[in-house]
Amino acid sequence: MFEIKRKRVLNPQMTEMTVAAPYIAKKAQAGQFIILRVNETGERIPLTIADYDREAGTINIIYQIVGKTTMLLNTLEEGDCIQDVVGPLGAASELSEIRRAAVIGGGTGCAIAYPQAKALHAQGSQVTMIAGFRSQELIILADEMKAVSDKLVIMTDDGSNGQKGFVTNALQSEIDAGADFDAVIAIGPLPMMKAVSELTRGYGIKTIVSMNSLMIDGTGMCGGCRVTVGGETKFACVDGPDFDGHLVDFDEAMKRGSMYRKEEEDCREAFRCRLTGGHCHHD
Amino acid sequence: MTNPSLQKTPMPELDPDTRSRCFEEVALGYTEEMAKEEAGRCLQCKHKPCMNGCPVSVHIPAFIEKVAAGEFEEAYEIIKSTNSLPAVCGRVCPQETQCEAKCVRGIKGESVGIGRLERFVADYHMKHSTASGEKPVPNGHKVAVVGSGPASLTCAGDLAKLGYGVSVFEAFHTAGGVLMYGIPQFRLPKEVVQAEIDQLKELGVEINTNMVIGKVLSVDELFDMGFEAVFVGTGAGLPSFMGIEGEGLVGVYSANEFLTRINLMKAYRGDYDTPIIHSRRVAVVGGGNVAMDAARCARRLGAEEVSIIYRRSEAEMPARLEEIHHAKEEGIAFKMLTNPVRINGDEQSRVVSLTCVKMELGEPDASGRRRPEPIEGSEFDVEADAVIIAIGNTPNPLIRSTTPGVEANRRGCLVVNEETLETTRPGVFAGGDAVTGAATVILAMGAGKKAAQSIDAYLRKNQI
Repeated sequence: MFEIKRKRVLNPQMTEMTVAAPYIAKKAQAGQFIILRVNETGERIPLTIADYDREAGTINIIYQIVGKTTMLLNTLEEGDCIQDVVGPLGAASELSEIRRAAVIGGGTGCAIAYPQAKALHAQGSQVTMIAGFRSQELIILADEMKAVSDKLVIMTDDGSNGQKGFVTNALQSEIDAGADFDAVIAIGPLPMMKAVSELTRGYGIKTIVSMNSLMIDGTGMCGGCRVTVGGETKFACVDGPDFDGHLVDFDEAMKRGSMYRKEEEDCREAFRCRLTGGHCHHD
Repeated sequence: MTNPSLQKTPMPELDPDTRSRCFEEVALGYTEEMAKEEAGRCLQCKHKPCMNGCPVSVHIPAFIEKVAAGEFEEAYEIIKSTNSLPAVCGRVCPQETQCEAKCVRGIKGESVGIGRLERFVADYHMKHSTASGEKPVPNGHKVAVVGSGPASLTCAGDLAKLGYGVSVFEAFHTAGGVLMYGIPQFRLPKEVVQAEIDQLKELGVEINTNMVIGKVLSVDELFDMGFEAVFVGTGAGLPSFMGIEGEGLVGVYSANEFLTRINLMKAYRGDYDTPIIHSRRVAVVGGGNVAMDAARCARRLGAEEVSIIYRRSEAEMPARLEEIHHAKEEGIAFKMLTNPVRINGDEQSRVVSLTCVKMELGEPDASGRRRPEPIEGSEFDVEADAVIIAIGNTPNPLIRSTTPGVEANRRGCLVVNEETLETTRPGVFAGGDAVTGAATVILAMGAGKKAAQSIDAYLRKNQI
């Protein structure tokens, strides 16, 4: 059992939890993830390690409340325990060669992009952080991101923070203004990572994306997380989650990501019924 | 008095129609009377040929003699002295190619139902025994066991009996390895596996779940923590794909994923959250026990048409005859000498069909089986909305890639001294599918047993 040490609401949809997991905290590196199971009958879901404290023996996870499992997770409070947490899984990001990076996060993806920016900043690389959200009230980790970047640009789809546009608009502006990135790290929804990769392809800028695929075990056993990269089948859990954005078959990945959409929706609605005492369209 | 019947006492089974709609165990087990009757068929041969066929050397005639006498607990003690997991073995061992293949009664008629008797004895014990076994006296030495499948559990049990402090490290949230995630409930109830694991815990074996060795701790760190030897029983868990067009489509599963969702994650039960697609037409590619398990699970999830697609003929199928027989009874279609060349999808990238080619058998290949060769121009489509790839697994590279000094062969299998099962690194032993590539539960158990003896010898030698 893994005790929740701290729970922090980041915005109405996103929450951060600090969880006691000393073995994982000791080994965690930027880019790696954990798989958790909330309770005995829960499914296994992967979540990126957003931060860690080796001395305190804790890791941080950030989740968006989108389905039954994250709704269930969100019912837990400080002092409660998560049934199972396994990690650190996946290959750590290879950042050591990067000198000038654009780190791009989209929505919850910022939770994954942040540790990368932090690691780059810690090794003395120049970091331009571009974060995108749908609107101002959904902005998360602004202070944290600011602390680990030389420049932070936050974009909103609706312009409610005064910076209207997508992350690709901001990246284009940076490139146009003469930024000489030797790498772009893009983490967020698949369409966003695809758009960034298409933009950087023209400039020949190395682009790393993080694939948050469906998976069960996280050790290469189920093959559910397979992605096509440069025509080859790769497993996001062990070969990734980082891949060359110019080689990933995003269209296939988007379709695979929707594999259980109907089952997930049914499950979430049934659970929402229970939480709200039956006020839902299933009545 | 020997029972002269040429046939085994029949095993009661759930009827195919009922069982293909639920996950209840198919074979129901002998009653006490049936067990005594079947035990009476054993000739008590002096030279015990059956024992030579058993990888863990169960004292077969001795335990059967006790069954015939109605002394079931005594029979259990005899089995348990060499076999840590009798309730498992009695269900999933391929006895027909092992102990029962050597049975003298099999020369004229059917062999003694050794597996059925083993299962009866183990189940009888679980149902009736309340006595908790004696805890061995600790010898003060610690051994780490990586993985918790049949090889690891056997190794752990045997070492614990010798007094070692054994810690098992399992990556999943539940111990048992393939016994839990792979073999379905209707063939091996998970409660049976859990009961065997609980017995190991009573012996003092410590089970640590959610621990991926090679990630959270390396083998080197296990030694640093005071473990004096390490057994690697991590199995063959990396699924092979065919490398054909369309394997990325929605509705294509590896057998590992499909079976894990169902067996470990209980997707077939309404009270669990694990999603699975309920398909109408399922095509399973492969001819082994895993393919049979996947097909029979798909059937139980409600698929109307389930077919096994295999590139050789039924005679070459690696699956147990019993499994093939059960699958056929449950209405699984067998499409033999058929090989998929492409998986086709609709606009939403959902599987709609498989394009296959007809095969014919040519000259024998390296495996000694006749090589299947495609018949030109014989392409045809099989409609399917789910495709399950069950063409085999290879060992997971996690341990070999994170443990200096441990070598693997070209196929990714760990290299060991065949006598001792020690890897190329002193103090690190390995056995089961991690060494042999995908094989059977009982061979893995045999290896776990052998490794336990070697580890004991190695640690004794080191103390002098």
